[in-house]
Order: sequence, then structure tokens, then C-alpha cells
Amino acid sequence: MKILVAVKRVVDYNVKVRPKADGSGVDLNNVKMSINPFCEIAVEEAVRLKEKGVATEVVAVSLGDKASQEQIRTALALGADRGVLVETSEELQPLAVAKLLKALVDKEQPQLIILGKQSIDGDNNQTGQMLAALAGIAQATFASELVVDGDKVQVTREIDGGLQTLSLTLPAVVTTDLRLNEPRYASLPNIMKAKKKPLETLSPADLGVDVAPRLKTVKVEPPAERKAGIKVESVEQLVEKLKNEAKVI
Amino acid sequence: MSILVIAEHDNASLKGATLSTVAAAKAIGGDIAVLVAGSGCQAVADAAAKIEGVGKVLLADDAAYGHQLAENLAALVVDLAKGYTHVLASATTTGKNFMPRVAALLDVAQISEIISVESADTFKRPIYAGNVIATVQSADPIKVITVRATGFDPVAAEGGSAAVESVSGSHNAGVSEFVKEELAKSDRPELTAAKIVVSGGRGMQNGDNFKLLYELADKLGAAVGASRAAVDAGFVPNDMQVGQTGKIVAPDLYIAVGISGAIQHLAGMKDSKVIVAINKDEDAPIFQVADYGLVADLFDAVPALDKLL
Ligand SMILES: Cc1cc2nc3c(=O)[nH]c(=O)nc-3n(C[C@H](O)[C@H](O)[C@H](O)COP(=O)(O)OP(=O)(O)OC[C@H]3O[C@@H](n4cnc5c(N)ncnc54)[C@H](O)[C@@H]3O)c2cc1C
Ligand SMILES: Nc1ncnc2c1ncn2[C@@H]1O[C@H](COP(=O)(O)O)[C@@H](O)[C@H]1O
Repeated sequence: MKILVAVKRVVDYNVKVRPKADGSGVDLNNVKMSINPFCEIAVEEAVRLKEKGVATEVVAVSLGDKASQEQIRTALALGADRGVLVETSEELQPLAVAKLLKALVDKEQPQLIILGKQSIDGDNNQTGQMLAALAGIAQATFASELVVDGDKVQVTREIDGGLQTLSLTLPAVVTTDLRLNEPRYASLPNIMKAKKKPLETLSPADLGVDVAPRLKTVKVEPPAERKAGIKVESVEQLVEKLKNEAKVI
Repeated sequence: MSILVIAEHDNASLKGATLSTVAAAKAIGGDIAVLVAGSGCQAVADAAAKIEGVGKVLLADDAAYGHQLAENLAALVVDLAKGYTHVLASATTTGKNFMPRVAALLDVAQISEIISVESADTFKRPIYAGNVIATVQSADPIKVITVRATGFDPVAAEGGSAAVESVSGSHNAGVSEFVKEELAKSDRPELTAAKIVVSGGRGMQNGDNFKLLYELADKLGAAVGASRAAVDAGFVPNDMQVGQTGKIVAPDLYIAVGISGAIQHLAGMKDSKVIVAINKDEDAPIFQVADYGLVADLFDAVPALDKLL
């Protein structure tokens, strides 16, 4: 079984980004970039399925500018077998990403496609579901457990009320939640080995996809500031403030 | 403008999030229809018909929609969507699950988790864990939108008298099947609807110690939440996680206990009216958003607080 994983290059989760003063966009100068944490979980799950003998090949895909190669190399160092970069300097919105991934799915014919549930930059939470719809196949989002069983995959999902388990017919799309696994660290020898693994580069035109954005960002701004609070000296003072000043208890 | 709102429910009752989504629809302006898709969900449709401002309720009552499977629900909504300018659902795990499928099948963008309506085609939404608010404009013929409940004051659940129309036909893609569900049972208010939320983090040390917070919550009529660290460590189940990638809450009072205040956590609670932080580290970032900060050991402070209430 072949598994396709989608890995996105995003601002590292430790960075607190700020809008540019003129509101035209987010200031990404000299900001640390990383693999989206949910994508790292996706790669880990695919590699574990390969280690268990369930999968035979893990292909890591990223879409974006040339620098996204770094995130593909990270995935290769974690154990993916080969990479595909769909290179473009255009802004890619989730529908365009899903269309590009759909074209790759047609080409590669994976049985399982694993994505993150959410990009931590755009906070979209859309791409996996859109890809599944375009490919006309089943989906299980927010996965915390995944078991492949013959031509089915059983997935436990983190939902608002608790946990839900679904059984999907393969091929299917799964998106990862935080509890699916704890990704390993890439070892130095594996990082070196990853440099020699194959990485193919394609363009959106090669895949016949129109990636023109559908949404226009009119402006970006910082969120409303909270006014500075105070430190209370004791539990008694806290209760007094909550009762008489804030009037919330 | 004509707007289709997809109701959030569990086949038995309508969820409060729907009222906030209808409020967003009202802010857009136009005729509002509510779709109730489920199995054995007539009571939900009757409740939806009473929502203030709703003109029509569509009821799709079929086994195929009983568990809100994304493949089936999306096919139904796409079928109905052609007659509308906007399709809205709550940004819950259900809405987030099926709505992008609807958008893709209609070949339009989805606008995720809007917090305000600027005009019929322009909306605000948080990005980068809420550190940036983007104003986005859509040129698509149908706007597919998920709505963050904390951004919109709910409309009244009573006062309307819409007609309920049945939608015939069943969409069953046959590629996914419900196996089982383990739903959290609690007598406390729902996390996203509670007026007061008490949340615990890694500082709680283990699941047993969360009893301290449950006792406090019961005195306050509060819900109990948690940080990701507390969920990852297995202290409490996943449905309690508050944050960028968990639940978004904005109660009147949020009490953070043993939580450091990482941006991912703040993203889920910093729109609360009053924030209290109890942490033994005076430099913990949570104090930067707290209205009232108490530097103390939680194992002293929480029992003392409990006693005073
Ligand atoms: C992709 C991604 C998504 C994430 N999503 C979320 C999310 O949705 N929600 C979320 O919460 N996090 C999320 N996180 C995790 C986040 O970055 C932090 O790691 C997490 O919030 C930390 O939890 P914490 O504050 O409980 O633990 P810590 O950061 O370890 O803080 C524990 C705090 O407890 C205090 N403490 C310890 N003992 C005591 C005591 N006896 N008395 C008083 N205080 C005490 C300490 O001083 C410390 O400040 C996400 C991270 C990533 C990478
Ligand atoms: N440019 C991209 N390159 C590779 N994968 C992507 C890209 N954008 C989105 N994805 C995948 O889709 C998931 C969800 O992203 P989003 O819908 O943007 O929140 C991510 O975790 C990735 O797995």
C-alpha cells in the first residue's frame, strides 16, 4: 500500500507573528519556518505503518515555493521514501491545494492520504476534506487512532463531544489530531540519508490546475488588546475583586 | 440574499451554536432557512422553526444522516445549496468536517471561523492562533462559511414560527460507516456554553487532582476545561481541550489554574470577559492576559478559594 502525506511549510509554532504596520500582510521577515506540527504527525503515522509492514511506500508532498524542499527533506529524514514538490510562488489557498493534491492522487494512486487537520498559519482546517470530496472518497478528520484492516481503515476521531470511530473504505483521506502519535526526532544519519532520497519537482501547470486565489485579503490587523490586569495578594482579595469589582460571581 | 444555515444537533436537541450561526446569517441579511439533517430528528426541526428570524426549516430525516457522516451530509447540502447565496454552519467538529466538502463540490472557497460580518461578501477571521485578524472578501457565487460561536451573540431560541418542509431523497455514499462513539457525560454545563470556565494545566500533576477543579466548578456552576498538556498527559479527555486546536470559549469568567499561557492556549480563551490566573511562576505568560493574577501554589489556593465561596 502506498501512502501520500502532505506537509506544509509554516511559521514555527513558537513564533508570535505580527501584522505589518500598513495592514497589507503578516511580517515574515527572518521568521523561523518549520513543518506544520500536524503534518509531522501525519508523516510519523505513515512511517509507522511502513515499519509495521502495512505500507510499502511513503511519498511526502509539499506545495509552495522552493524553500518547501526543506520540509520535504524533514519528512524524508523522518522516514518517508521520496518527495514531490509542486513549486509555485503564488499564494495557494486550500481549494487550490486540494486540486493539486487531487491531481497527484490521480497520478500516484495511493490507498491512504494523510494530512494535518489544520495549518497553524491560516487555521483553515479545509484541505483534507476538500481533497476527499474532489477525489470522491471517504474521509476521517481529527484522527487520534488509525488501524488499517484489509481494504478498510478504522479511525477514531476527536470530536467536540468525545470520541467517534468510523470505518472507511480505502482509498481514503485521514487528517491528524494531536493525540495520534508523538513524532520522533530525526537522527543525524537519517538527515544525511534524506539528502540522497529522490525529490521530484512539478509545477501547477504540469498538473493542469488553475490555482488562482478565490479569497482576497483586504487587510490584516492585530486583535483587540486586553487592558492590563493586576496581581492580587491573596485568595481573599481575589474573591473580593470577583464579587465587587468584576461582579462575575 | 438567501441564506442556508445547517443546524448543529444530536438528533434529539438543537445545539446552542446554531443560534450564533443564525445571528451571523442575520448580520449578512436576507431570508434564512435552516436545514436539519439527521435521523429521527423531528423535534430538532420543531425547535429550529421557533428560532427568531428563521423563515423556513428543511427537514432531511434519513438514516444516512444519523451520524452526520461528512460524505452524505455534504452531498445533501450541495444538492440544496444551488438556491442560496450563502451556506453557513457552526465551526464545531461537525461543521469543520463536512463544510469544506460542500465548498469543494461547489468549486468555491470556504471561509473558516468568521468572527464578524463586514458585508455580504466580506468577513473577519482570526489566523495565526488569533494573533492576526484578517478581513477577507469572496467573489464566489455561493459563500460557504463556518461561524465561530463566540463572535456572535445568539439570537432568541423562541419567537419564530417557520414552516417545516421535508426534503426527500437520501444521499448515501456508502464509503464510510459509523462504528461507535464514546461521549463524555457530565452534569456540568457544556464548555462552550458555560458562563464560567475553570481550566487546569500540567500544573495539576495528575487526573485525580482535577477533582479540586470539579469541586470548585460545581460551586460556581462552571464547566471544566484543560490545556493541551493536561490532555496529552492523560489527566482528562480530549473534549476538554481549550485552544487554537481545541475549543474556543469566551465565558464571563475564565479561571486558568497551573496553565503557563502558551499562544495556542490563549487563542482559545483570551476573549473571555474576565480572566483569572493562578500560577506559582510570577513570570508565566498567562499573567499578561489575566485581569486578576494570583501567584501561589495551586494546591493551597484552589482549596482556599473553594472554602471562601
Ligand atoms: C500544533 C499545536 C497545537 C496546540 N494546540 C493547543 C491547544 O489547542 N490548547 C493548548 O492549551 N495548547 C496547545 N498547544 C500546546 C501549547 O503550545 C503548550 O504546550 C500548552 O498549552 C502547555 O500547557 P500547560 O500550560 O498546561 O503546561 P506548561 O506550559 O508546562 O505550564 C504548566 C504551568 O503550571 C504552573 N505550575 C506548576 N505547578 C504549579 C503549582 N503547584 N501551582 C501553581 N502553578 C503551577 C507552572 O508554573 C507552569 O506555568 C499546541 C501546540 C502545538 C504545537
Ligand atoms: N501548501 C501545502 N503543501 C502541503 N500540504 C498542505 C499545504 N496546504 C495544506 N496542506 C495540507 O493540508 C492540511 C490542512 O491545511 P489547512 O486546510 O490549510 O488547514 C495541512 O496540515 C497539510 O497536510
